[in-house]
Amino acid sequence: MSTATETAGAVAAPTLAVWKFASCDGCRPALLDCRDELLAVAGRVRIDSVPEAAGGVAPGPYDLSLVEGSITTPEDAARIRDVRARSRYLVVLGACGSSDGIQALRNYADVADVADGAFQGRVGAAYPSPLYLSTLKYSAPVRDHVKVDYELRGCPVDRGQLLEVITAFLSGRSPAIPDRSVCHECEARGAACVTVTYGAPCLGPVTQAGCGAICPAFHRGCVGCVGSARQARTEAMALLLLAEGCAPDRLLRTLMPANPANPANPADPGHRAPGLAVARTAADEAAGREREEGRREP
Amino acid sequence: MTSRQERLLEVGSLARVEGEGALHLVLDRGRVTEARLNIYEPPRFFEAFLRGRSYTEVPDITARACEMCPVAYQLSACRAIEDAFGVSVGPDVRSLRRLLYCGEWIENHALHIHLLHAPDFLGYPDATELAKDHRAVVARGLALKKTGNDLVELVGGRAIHPVNVRVGGFHRAPPRSELDDFKNRLDDALEAAVLTVRWVAGFEFPDFQTPHALLTLDDPGPKGGARSGGGPRYPIDAGDGVITTAGIGFPLEDFEHFVSETQVAHSTALHARLRGVGTYLTGPLARYNLAGPRLWPVAADAARSAGLGRVERNPFRSVLVRAVELVQAVAEARAIIESYTPPDPPAAAIRPRAGRGYGATEAPRGLLYHRYDLDEQGVITAARIVPPTAQNQAAMEADLRLVAQAGAQLTDAQLTARCEQAIRNYDPCVSCSTHFLRLHRDERRHRHLDPAGS
Repeated sequence: MSTATETAGAVAAPTLAVWKFASCDGCRPALLDCRDELLAVAGRVRIDSVPEAAGGVAPGPYDLSLVEGSITTPEDAARIRDVRARSRYLVVLGACGSSDGIQALRNYADVADVADGAFQGRVGAAYPSPLYLSTLKYSAPVRDHVKVDYELRGCPVDRGQLLEVITAFLSGRSPAIPDRSVCHECEARGAACVTVTYGAPCLGPVTQAGCGAICPAFHRGCVGCVGSARQARTEAMALLLLAEGCAPDRLLRTLMPANPANPANPADPGHRAPGLAVARTAADEAAGREREEGRREP
Repeated sequence: MTSRQERLLEVGSLARVEGEGALHLVLDRGRVTEARLNIYEPPRFFEAFLRGRSYTEVPDITARACEMCPVAYQLSACRAIEDAFGVSVGPDVRSLRRLLYCGEWIENHALHIHLLHAPDFLGYPDATELAKDHRAVVARGLALKKTGNDLVELVGGRAIHPVNVRVGGFHRAPPRSELDDFKNRLDDALEAAVLTVRWVAGFEFPDFQTPHALLTLDDPGPKGGARSGGGPRYPIDAGDGVITTAGIGFPLEDFEHFVSETQVAHSTALHARLRGVGTYLTGPLARYNLAGPRLWPVAADAARSAGLGRVERNPFRSVLVRAVELVQAVAEARAIIESYTPPDPPAAAIRPRAGRGYGATEAPRGLLYHRYDLDEQGVITAARIVPPTAQNQAAMEADLRLVAQAGAQLTDAQLTARCEQAIRNYDPCVSCSTHFLRLHRDERRHRHLDPAGS
């Protein structure tokens, strides 16, 4: 299914293709939301939507390919190479394609593993842990398979940022996506700090801005959808939260949130797992104390 | 209109592409010998990786099963966990949940009716082509979809993967002032939805009666009965039991006794059967047949004037039921905002305890069942999710076989179109509804429907 609008005079319209791999399909709709602006900014763009049915590849070539999803099967690994070959620029959309997807949570194993230390052994080791990578064999970020020109993170991506990335690539400049933390967006939004106000652990200080600080505005800690901010210091944050009385188990779960840009994930560029190690140690100590106290009691 | 706006709808057509699947159909000398719905969507093992996660994390995890119905996943999960913990949420939380859920229904139904299914009935290859001749109608569909999206964003914080849902209720109750502004939008939407029912009523519907049992959630309404504005409600966000047209009804905790799932090689989805009955359908047709009398007058009137009878067993007319449900969802959303009291506190207090809980809601495409086992800390030890498309798949295939058989004399192109149209009757979520199928004959005079390789 390949559709196109007319091209403008003698100048060929830039072509844009959109592809889906393993994901919930939640990032591509953002493109629909910014269609008006896209047409206004980029002029006449030809957009090809490509069905993902087995083997379905429109010929291209494309000026810009937008890719959603992680690579989970050998067929998809071949397909992404084909997409790359047909694309001048390849931009990955969302947490699945840039970190490997919520479906990769299976690779972290049960928290039962956390209890017996296997989890720490797997993730707490130096990056990238070969053992961990082998578990990722069938769910991996796009950049593990092909050269990626840009990753727009988020779960889902923000439509304003998507518009910026597309227009930047089509006009040959670098996307202006801020790499500061969500804290700046809280300030801009006038949202109260949830850690200060409610004592809630929040990934905002170590998470890259982009969502508009939605979670803090809804009175809950940031869950880190966008992934690490450039200067994330998760270890320091974890120590501070523990010092302020945050329960180790709660901190652990904060650092292993329910989204693909999981900070325990070595694919996450910020490598926030040192914070996880801090929380792990604290949780072990707390568990040890509990056992001690249990032993002392009659 | 200008070519710019035509291009605009090219992007809109992306919405037709979600999920991965295909139909495989074999005809032997005019007789259908095989009808299989292949679902390629890679399994994502949600039930496995939910184990070991705290109950607090479940709404954020399950939302990401699907961008089309994250609210359904979040609220089925919340209800199951609240059931396990013996928590009962207050009427204000229930109302706000129903409002959020109405947003998801509005968004899904508006999209499916106008952009996914209407082109089949009116003989267009896609919504873009449809828009060239019916621009106002497509614009109305997009506006309704946006109203649904914006309502989910207003209550949930984000249209895709809302952040505001938690076990027990919400993280933050929106103040009245934030919701009040939305009433005008819903007034417009109600007018538009009624027009949509009228428009869809004019479609030509292929003659077909599904032989399958129908199954839906039973929502007896808030405790206190009619005095508290209660009484049985059209099933959306809540319900503790299941009713069917097969003379079987059961409480939710017996769901897995009455519904068995079997794995089939050609699909990553499981096939469900109703014990002692066989295949069944869940979704708009089931809701309408089993709970139609619970529709509000504005929706019931629309149904009547559209020619829907008390019983409706033609799946091709499910698009009409969807339009009626669109009216219902918009009207309910409007009324909930009118009488809205922010829940205070926004969530019921939660005290984890070991146990098992069951929860179900009616996703736009049918009943979504969740069951969780939790330990005394509130950590998941086992999870079971039964989505509507898995429940429908066996019945869909059986219906497709009948539809294909009835259309065996059609040309390849006509039969392909008819089968695609039939698949979309069920609005499958992992989904063939979005694929173009290609019919080709092989030398043994068999015909196969495969996904177009484009």
